Amino acid sequence: MKILSNSPIKLPKTKDNNLNRLIIISIVIFVLMAILNPGKFITMRNFRSMSYSFPELGLLSLGLTICMITGGIDLSIVGTANLTSILAAKLMVEAMPENPTSAIIALYIFLAVGVAFIFGIIAGLINGYLVSTFHIHPVLVTLGTWQVFSGIAIIITRGYAIPNLPKPFLFVGNGRFLGLAMPLYIFLALAIVVAVLLRKTQFGRSIYFIGTNATAARFAGIRVRKMLMRAYVSSALLASTAGLLMISRTNQAKADYGRSYILQAVLVNLLAGVNWHGGFGRVIGVAIAVVTLQFLSSGFNMLRFNNFARDFTWGVFLISIMIFNHLMNERKNRLEADIAGAKSVE
Amino acid sequence: MIAPLVEVKNIHKRFSGVYALSDVSLSIAPGEIRCLAGENGCGKSSLIKTIAGVYQPDEGQIILNGQMYDNLRPIDAIHEGIQVIYQDFSLFPNLTVAENLAINSQLEQGRKLVNWADMERTAQSALAHIKVDIPLRSRVETLSVANRQLVAIARALLHNAKLVIMDEPTTALTHNEVDSLFEVISELKSEGIATLFVSHKLREVLDISEKLTILRNGRKVSEGETNEYDEASITYHMTGRHISGNQFTFDATDDEIPLLSVDKLGREGAFENVSFNLSSGEIIGITGLLGSGRTEVALTLFGIHPANSGRMLIDGREVLIDSVDAALKAGIAYVPEDRLIEGLFLERSIGDNIIVSILDRIKDRMKFIDFKKASSIIETWIDTLKIATPNSENPAQSLSGGNQQRVVLAKWLAAESRIFILNGPTVGVDVGSKLEIHTRLRELASNGAGIIIMSDDMPEVVQNCNRVFVMHKGQIIREYKDDFVEDQLISEIENLK
Repeated sequence: MKILSNSPIKLPKTKDNNLNRLIIISIVIFVLMAILNPGKFITMRNFRSMSYSFPELGLLSLGLTICMITGGIDLSIVGTANLTSILAAKLMVEAMPENPTSAIIALYIFLAVGVAFIFGIIAGLINGYLVSTFHIHPVLVTLGTWQVFSGIAIIITRGYAIPNLPKPFLFVGNGRFLGLAMPLYIFLALAIVVAVLLRKTQFGRSIYFIGTNATAARFAGIRVRKMLMRAYVSSALLASTAGLLMISRTNQAKADYGRSYILQAVLVNLLAGVNWHGGFGRVIGVAIAVVTLQFLSSGFNMLRFNNFARDFTWGVFLISIMIFNHLMNERKNRLEADIAGAKSVE
Repeated sequence: MIAPLVEVKNIHKRFSGVYALSDVSLSIAPGEIRCLAGENGCGKSSLIKTIAGVYQPDEGQIILNGQMYDNLRPIDAIHEGIQVIYQDFSLFPNLTVAENLAINSQLEQGRKLVNWADMERTAQSALAHIKVDIPLRSRVETLSVANRQLVAIARALLHNAKLVIMDEPTTALTHNEVDSLFEVISELKSEGIATLFVSHKLREVLDISEKLTILRNGRKVSEGETNEYDEASITYHMTGRHISGNQFTFDATDDEIPLLSVDKLGREGAFENVSFNLSSGEIIGITGLLGSGRTEVALTLFGIHPANSGRMLIDGREVLIDSVDAALKAGIAYVPEDRLIEGLFLERSIGDNIIVSILDRIKDRMKFIDFKKASSIIETWIDTLKIATPNSENPAQSLSGGNQQRVVLAKWLAAESRIFILNGPTVGVDVGSKLEIHTRLRELASNGAGIIIMSDDMPEVVQNCNRVFVMHKGQIIREYKDDFVEDQLISEIENLK
């Protein structure tokens, strides 16, 4: 005991290391892309175009973050986004009466958004219920529900796109406010909401505990089931929002839109230092990671990077990050083993 | 004089500049039964890992069978006949006894196909060696802890062990199992195999060993023939201070409504008809064999497995405890058996661990967590319980075992609990911390809490409880009150086996 108090042992603050590392990676990629694409990358046009496209991935990633903090994962987010937005599109396009007044259009848009959120909640409840009640691994549960949700979406649309959404609705995905893209505002607002949710509410703190040690959480009186349900519902609601953003931006709803988003969302979270095993992860990291990934993706686009090699590139990047994280963890474990060794002397 | 089997001289081992071992020498003769005693963190583990070649000492000599090693590797130690049986036994739980025993010899033979008959022969002879009989084809995960340990010992002997090092071998064993382990150790001795027995349980140290080495803070503080020691002197050497136990007493007042009344409580398949009262200021013990149902009672009182029959009254009012949440609201706290798994969030900060159960009580008007309030609560309990940490932001795993236990207590104290159920509160805790935990419990009781200790550590129960219940096959079969004798209780428990 004496030795311990004389030489205070502090573990390195790894989460801040994570963030610093991420910021450096982000800057390196930004500079690299700027050098490789002289006169094209650092332009107003490019920034504007990026600010329209990353918020979708950003919202999906935030949903994933919440589930990963609980120690789970939600692979069904893209399925949820597509299904809920298709339902919304159907209502806005096919149920809309002929020659509607603007009040009617507003009403239908309002209803459509409501429908998307309601079905988002249902999707989240299904995931949460399966994960928390049957103790099936979240990867399997959400892989299954992803397939189910996409399947329903295909049945509804028979594989065709639903185009020509009402004009006012398109403003959300394409409009500007004070010179900045609307999706950017939506992402920022929701990122702040999620950050506050995770940091300052009982729900947020509880899921960090659950992700660290679910048994201990249960013994500490945390309502694990309820919190897991909420986590998956939050994730599905963020996915629905992303879905609405997608159809608004592209002016059509498709059952197979954005398939590569799920892999990218996992990538964003790993890059952001969200712990795969649960318990650790921050919104600020996710926000930086998603922007970083957008730099990379836009930069590659400008380089006329072979479009067919896209999936390959994301995959290689994902695996590299996992190896990198693993090596960093090993280093951390070695440090901790040293400290534990020193501690055992106490 | 016989040449020593193992001789380590003036070993120094540092971790990040802190001494784990400082000038430790140890010499073990063939066939000797040696005990290595000391509190947690005194350097016992570092010393056995040094002998086994897992740690390289910073200074000092290691001589095995007369051969000096400058850079002892684990494989060298194995070749010299050093076998360590760690606490987890390092067995393959999903394989059978035979496979676990024979896997190495099969691998050494370099066969492509498994020879099952040969495997079972090897395994059978290994078990016969220590005169035990365990079904060869049962999977190791289905065995009792004691049998798993015997398999590990048998496996060690297959490697032509000359010294078997056992790290805290009796932690999870019952009385009878400890006795049969001791028989095996004597058996080894008769074959000239030495045993280094690492323990902090004083009685066992005195019972089994011939010579005793005591470490404290990484130094050897005492060594000699075991019959020159008694419990008090060992405790003194281990802790560096004199510790005397005094009996906990409680003066009951007759007309008082009990803090907790348990009335004919039952849960199907686990226990039935359990009734007792717990007054404010009382410490009661519930003991019994493994599987007697005491843990199930604890889990029911805490709302994890709600009762099917009977009722619970707190302050004379009936309460329904059907969830952990309900138990917490009723002021019931539970400190689980395996504090590391069930009680702590090792990677989270000490502060987080203290406030985990009161998240809903530290919200501000906006329903957000009030971090100012949280940190003042955290600081209060770190001060009150003297948790030794420079910073409450450090993870709980940076603490020693005793301090971790205090963090668990702090969590419940912060939740303003009045009824404390502790399951094996001092399992794996060293003598000094054990005393502190007992002192803490008595303090809690004198402040009006009611405490239930579930434990099979008889001295602990006897010394710290004013009443003790014995459970057997899901029922309370006996209550010991006021002046009872420890031996009486122990013999009753032994008779149940």
